[in-house]
Amino acid sequence: MPELKEITIDKEIDARGSFCPGPLMELIRGMKALPVGGVLAVLSSDPGSAKDIPAWIQKAKHDYLGAFPEQGYTRFIARKAH
Amino acid sequence: MEDRMSIIVFSGTVDKLMAVSILATGGAAMGLEVELFLTTWGLEAFRKDNYKTNTKVSSDFEEYGPVMMEQMMAKKVPSWMENLTGAKEVGDVKIYACSMTMELFDMKLSDLEPIVDEVTGVATFVERAKEGKITLFI
Repeated sequence: MPELKEITIDKEIDARGSFCPGPLMELIRGMKALPVGGVLAVLSSDPGSAKDIPAWIQKAKHDYLGAFPEQGYTRFIARKAH
Repeated sequence: MEDRMSIIVFSGTVDKLMAVSILATGGAAMGLEVELFLTTWGLEAFRKDNYKTNTKVSSDFEEYGPVMMEQMMAKKVPSWMENLTGAKEVGDVKIYACSMTMELFDMKLSDLEPIVDEVTGVATFVERAKEGKITLFI
């Protein structure tokens, strides 16, 4: 997994305060809108995201770049693969 | 077996409709075909504009109803109808109305929320559900 500072984020969506499955839905919508190769970050404070977001990224066959914990939330980053 | 989740929506209370909507969203997000079969009180909940004023919860937990609705408002939790709209946006979700209940309650498809796709009989639902992997009665 790359370091956060090595990743160039093209778009960041703030889904903090949104409830399961809100942050995942934001990620899915964000991915749809992004061009292939684009890097999306989603900020989530929902504890379900830690498992849900990587599971969806794997299922949808995008590239998971990692989860980076911050104070009270996590930044999930993925690259659109197709 | 198809990657399909079939949910029989019998209940019309907000707590159970919330569960339906979140499960449907999860199924849609993970690439399953999701089918809802609305019957009895579940169908009544989809009558046009009903969801806007529906604050009913399961009778065993009636005393928690007002607190739950208050918390949902305070924390800006999306309504079950918003969840279902989102589920349809990201995935393959079909919502069917039970023809028997439609006749019982004198309903037409035009009396229901536009999110409902079509009217079907129980046999059609069962035929499709038997090919699926997950079937729930809520």
